[in-house]
Amino acid sequence: MDNPSSSSRFESFPMGLRVLVVDDDLTWLKILEKMLRKCFYEVTTCCKARAALDLLREKKDKFDIVISDVNMPDMDGFKLLEHVGLEMDLPVIMMSVDGETSRVMKGVQHGACDYLLKPIRMKELRNIWQHVYRKRVVEVKDMEIQDINEEIYILRSGFEHFDDRLFMTSIEMTSSSSSSSRKRDAREFGDLELCDPAAAKKARVIWSVDLHQKFVNAVDQIGFHKVGPKKILDLMNVPGLTRENIASHLQKYRMYLGRLQKQQETRALSSNIQSDLSPEDHSQSIDCQNPLQFTQNTEANSCGNNPHKFLEKVMLQDAQKSDPKNPDFFLGKDSNGGVNAADTTHPQKTNGGPRPAPLLHFKGMSPGADHKQAHPTLSKQQLWHDSLPLRQFMRYPKHDHEPFSLLDDYSLPAPTHEPRVSPWHSQCPPSLVSISSSNEKEEPDFVVKSRKVQNLNNTSSVSIQVEHGAVNSKEFGGIYEHNRSHDWIPPQTKLNTGTEPELIALSEDTNMYSVQGVDFNGSEMQPHNNECAASLTHLQSNWYDELEYSCEYLYDSLDYPLLDECLFA
Amino acid sequence: MEYAGLRRQAAYTRKALFDQGYLDEQFYQLEDLQDDVTPNFVEEVVTLFFKDSSRLLSSIMQDLEKSSPDFQKLDAHMHQFKGSISSIGALKVKNECTLLGEYCSNKNLDGCIKAIHKVKREHAILKQKLEAYFQLLRQIGPAEGATRPVE
Repeated sequence: MDNPSSSSRFESFPMGLRVLVVDDDLTWLKILEKMLRKCFYEVTTCCKARAALDLLREKKDKFDIVISDVNMPDMDGFKLLEHVGLEMDLPVIMMSVDGETSRVMKGVQHGACDYLLKPIRMKELRNIWQHVYRKRVVEVKDMEIQDINEEIYILRSGFEHFDDRLFMTSIEMTSSSSSSSRKRDAREFGDLELCDPAAAKKARVIWSVDLHQKFVNAVDQIGFHKVGPKKILDLMNVPGLTRENIASHLQKYRMYLGRLQKQQETRALSSNIQSDLSPEDHSQSIDCQNPLQFTQNTEANSCGNNPHKFLEKVMLQDAQKSDPKNPDFFLGKDSNGGVNAADTTHPQKTNGGPRPAPLLHFKGMSPGADHKQAHPTLSKQQLWHDSLPLRQFMRYPKHDHEPFSLLDDYSLPAPTHEPRVSPWHSQCPPSLVSISSSNEKEEPDFVVKSRKVQNLNNTSSVSIQVEHGAVNSKEFGGIYEHNRSHDWIPPQTKLNTGTEPELIALSEDTNMYSVQGVDFNGSEMQPHNNECAASLTHLQSNWYDELEYSCEYLYDSLDYPLLDECLFA
Repeated sequence: MEYAGLRRQAAYTRKALFDQGYLDEQFYQLEDLQDDVTPNFVEEVVTLFFKDSSRLLSSIMQDLEKSSPDFQKLDAHMHQFKGSISSIGALKVKNECTLLGEYCSNKNLDGCIKAIHKVKREHAILKQKLEAYFQLLRQIGPAEGATRPVE
């Protein structure tokens, strides 16, 4: 599923489903193999759990699903299940003769997507493709979510390095770190991303949406840094849930976050290239996160939680998409492809308040024209909103940056692109993939539009941002980095929960912030832009990855509706 | 013709295996899986089953022969054995095995030992009957299976 190359297999799906069967019972192995072959699946059998694990590690993308016995002498089937879930992110079906509830429950807790009792019937095996398919659907959703998250990230951290810098150095007041150092950061991030790809696949637990939401809520409540399985367990207070389950889920969640970070990075890079985003991104990034530094958890939490929560608000932003305002600027920059040119111009404008993304937006956006435009655009966006209200919210940050705008533009005007793209964008602003691909290919025109949109978005999003900013200021006072990451999450929650008085007060504070942020950005932003160009190579690689994804998604366009259900959404 | 007689006999033997409770519907499943690609599938599976289950049975016997059996280990072996039994639908063996499992969970060693012997007996009877059945099938024709059946 993960392989784009497997697209050909999609055509005949579920025929050709690649199944690995692990059972120490040779008789069953033979029977299962025959049954699966009769289903036209591609079967590999293995009678040793360890050998199976080695095989899976060796040929990571050679299997779609694993069927494993629970009782195996060389390794507990649950253990294998856990490894497969975490390392390969493959759906695993457990089987045993024993239908004891506790045992089945254990299997499910460890992430089994199904639990079959021996004797297994062929009709049961005939249906196993659904687990693979479901996972794809969920992944699509995840991608959307990720996109949203990415957007958020971009908003927050337009440049992750920037954020990192702020994080690492801000404390030291070395915010003015040299571009080289930033580059280095970027590279490091890139590497991380490269490594994470596996993580990107992150195993999906069968957690229900509700359960996962509880989990996310608990994580948010505790705070990323302090999160621990036990604490989450206590907070969630769900009977039957074990610390183990949570630990496993948390691990996956972190990986998921890590993946998001990567995507964000790529986006950030792309945005940097465009240069427009950089300032805004920085501000945003600062506010929300230093994903890398903070650890994936924080990011994930912030992203996961925020996107949804934000989405509602974002919708407003989406409306902004159609900003006529700064087309020229954007165009010029985009056409140049030149990160530098665009960067310089935009950054300054937007940069005004780079680190407090909200602030920046406000500043840049503040112009009445933007706001006005945003409103009209809203109608268009509303369509999107209907489908993905939450996600839209996320977008808004993206809009500020180029990627978002691009996406929006696509969705609105151009159904021509794949239907998918638009949905994605609308739904999940963060979806880096779609954005990235579109940006690269369609660069100039889109960019321009997107930028306009961004402006609009900024205006609309102002209220939200302000709130965030306020939160940040209050909570963190001087220190931006940590706070920012936190802020992002809390703002959403706060917004949702809605302590209105506080928020209002905050908004005022945020304005102050923005001013400060602007100063910072002005000095620092430029270097980023330059760096952006350097990072282009990285971006490109990322882009390709994303492109691949998008291709796959295209296939799954039908799945969109499902996206909403994603756990991580 | 003798051929027709053999066929009838084979059919009768097969029916008796079900009627007398030796086999359950899992065996039908195996028969359904047999096709042109694997004309001897059922027999191959049954052969494999007896080979594997005999090994598991003896390891259970060994567990019980110890003065102070490790019930945890015994349970694991029991589990494997039960899984194996389910593969061909050996109903009688399975029923005896269920009794054995109860004795095991009660840590009733005497009961276990009695039960394991019953299991072993049923296992042997089934093997014998299935061997006879496949013998018949082989006589009927190559299409029905020409390989040696049960060991």
